[in-house]
Amino acid sequence: MSEKYVVAIDQGTTSTRCIVFDRRGQLVSLAQQEHKQHFPRPGWVEHDAMEIWRNVERLAPRVLSRAGIGLGQVAAVGIANQRETTVIWDRRTGVPVGRAIIWQDTRTDALVHALGDARDAGAVSDISGLPLATYFSGPRLRWMLDHTPGLRARAERGEVICGTMETWLIWNLTGRAQHVTDVTNASRTMLLDVRALDWSARALDFFGIPRAMLPEVRASIGAFGTATEGFPGVRIGAALGDQQAALFGQTCFTPGEAKCTYGTGSFLLLNTGAELVRSEHGLLSTVAYQIEGEPAAYALEGSIAITGSLVQWFRDQLELISSAPEIETLARTVADNGGCYIVPAFSGLYAPYWRSEARGVIVGLTSYITKGHLARAVLEATAWQTREVVDAMNTDSGLTLTTLKVDGGMTADHLLMQMITDVLDVPVVRPLAAETVSLGAAYAAGLAVGYWPDLDGLRRNWHTAAQWMPAMDPRLRTTEYANWRRAVERTFDWIQPA
Amino acid sequence: MPGTVQAIERAAAILRTLAGGPGRLGLSEIARTLDLAKGTTHGILRTLQLVGFVEQDRVSGQYQLGGALLHLGTSFLDINELRSRSINWADPLAARSGESVRIGTVLEGRVLVVHHVFRPDDTFQTLDVGALLPLHATALGKVLLAYRAGGPVPELERFTRLTLTDPRALSGALEGVREAGWAAEIEEFLLGQAAVAAPIRGYGGLVVGAIGVSGPVDRLCDSHYRPRPSLVGYVRDAARAISRDLGATR
Repeated sequence: MSEKYVVAIDQGTTSTRCIVFDRRGQLVSLAQQEHKQHFPRPGWVEHDAMEIWRNVERLAPRVLSRAGIGLGQVAAVGIANQRETTVIWDRRTGVPVGRAIIWQDTRTDALVHALGDARDAGAVSDISGLPLATYFSGPRLRWMLDHTPGLRARAERGEVICGTMETWLIWNLTGRAQHVTDVTNASRTMLLDVRALDWSARALDFFGIPRAMLPEVRASIGAFGTATEGFPGVRIGAALGDQQAALFGQTCFTPGEAKCTYGTGSFLLLNTGAELVRSEHGLLSTVAYQIEGEPAAYALEGSIAITGSLVQWFRDQLELISSAPEIETLARTVADNGGCYIVPAFSGLYAPYWRSEARGVIVGLTSYITKGHLARAVLEATAWQTREVVDAMNTDSGLTLTTLKVDGGMTADHLLMQMITDVLDVPVVRPLAAETVSLGAAYAAGLAVGYWPDLDGLRRNWHTAAQWMPAMDPRLRTTEYANWRRAVERTFDWIQPA
Repeated sequence: MPGTVQAIERAAAILRTLAGGPGRLGLSEIARTLDLAKGTTHGILRTLQLVGFVEQDRVSGQYQLGGALLHLGTSFLDINELRSRSINWADPLAARSGESVRIGTVLEGRVLVVHHVFRPDDTFQTLDVGALLPLHATALGKVLLAYRAGGPVPELERFTRLTLTDPRALSGALEGVREAGWAAEIEEFLLGQAAVAAPIRGYGGLVVGAIGVSGPVDRLCDSHYRPRPSLVGYVRDAARAISRDLGATR
């Protein structure tokens, strides 16, 4: 009998990847395709959903041939996707109505402000577990319905339907048979009753979204139909938002376990178990995962908008380095930040502040500062932003983080990992699988079809690949944290109300 | 006398044109100056750009000499970039072999460890990224020596009874490494320890580093005191996968 494998589709912000994993949870082959970022106006960011689907169609045979396996050897496919990115399409033709509006897009700013004053705003926040913000899908759907002539009527008649990226991909993978979402993605819309795990009539009413256009909400790990396109004949076993997938890939199945994924932005999720914890400090209450037939597991999430993208900005806009990893080389040319701090509030600040009017600053500039100091300040910004989220999480959950599990591309940066352990004063560990988003999707899908027997089986696959230990003078930590916070305060109130 | 390669002559002419020009030059200007077809010129420019000898201005689309030309004598691949590009393949190597993985490059006559993946048994281990190892007494070092053209021969310090300290013996061993495409180290650096390593290649086949596993002799070697073939296979597969990502074979 030939060996079986699980395939993950990781539909991310800048690219789509297909990865084949083996039974040990190790990467066998990978195929990746970037897609175009559309910036039609300042603050607007869009993707062509059709381009993304065509990329999946192209990547599917490529990743299997690189692994040297056939479709018959694929036990299941799982999806992890960029969250909150929203698309509306024609149910009959399958053609999107305009481009997908992505999570970074802030065009709903005015709408969100107006909705904030409306009756029920507090109730909807409580029902959905989320603060009213441009980040989530609900306001985005409302904006599309408001700005496309005739769209609302078509939505009410069920002629156009909507979804986040996993919904769009499953609909296409199953030959338009399944219009479904999973609880983790649905929990990022502001339309889901995060306790009842179904669309909330009150929230739909508040945003003015016709229920007829919404997908059916399913458990994250279960049955999403069988693919007829891309991976014909293969069962789709799971769908998860990318950050929830990473939490799953890091096998954080027990309350109190946390991970932080360092990518374009960074996302720290703490498993809070069957209990939904409401944050007092700007964290999000979100669904971690749900196995079909079982109660959902919840998580607290600290979202940091700009981390890896600050390094990209340093590379592409300032052109001080030619590749992202070179930031470490440059930062190591100096011993400290020279008194310079960069707070990357490029589109406001996320957790724990949620200040959309904040904008970025570089403070402490003197003639002493070199590009090496700036490179250090870039990396330190990621470390201190992590510290702020961990502080909020410790306070809200009543738990104290003892170890931080990390993953994502930036974990290759050893100087950054040392900075994070130094400012948190807890060990930082990287598992033997940096691709935890894809791995989580694969684990979830494999679990759904019995490829892996249970959560314990997955846990046994987790091994430490690297560990960093704190080595910072506590007094220095205190003064540097105070400096960082003073720098953050200088970003506030920059954008004036029109 | 063997014939000359026209494309290389043309590439050299383009580099001289850029070096002698007033600054950046456009495609048409370069093609006109050398009386070459635009398509040919573009192809050569793109290749030169890929290897870092030419840079293209993002706004004007014009060309100039690239930074890599200034650093021809030193390493062309940033060590942090090498780690970043290897990480996805070093992890599966540790998982499959059950041993710790290291990636090394040459720094001042020694092996600089640029990446380290723990042995996946969850025992306490410490990162030794930044550590320096002897070139002649380690598998990583022997790979790096075997593919290095010229360069000073390091002092052959003795670590164990089995360390190769005779230059002729070492040069014979390096010839063996080049023939086999991988290197072994069996109790040559530390008693009871063995290692296997293979070359990581960049564009044009240039060796930019070495990747290897290390561990106790009784786990890594068979009853003939030779590295287990399956282990050698894992190491070479990982090296090839990284090389492919770095553009070694397109």
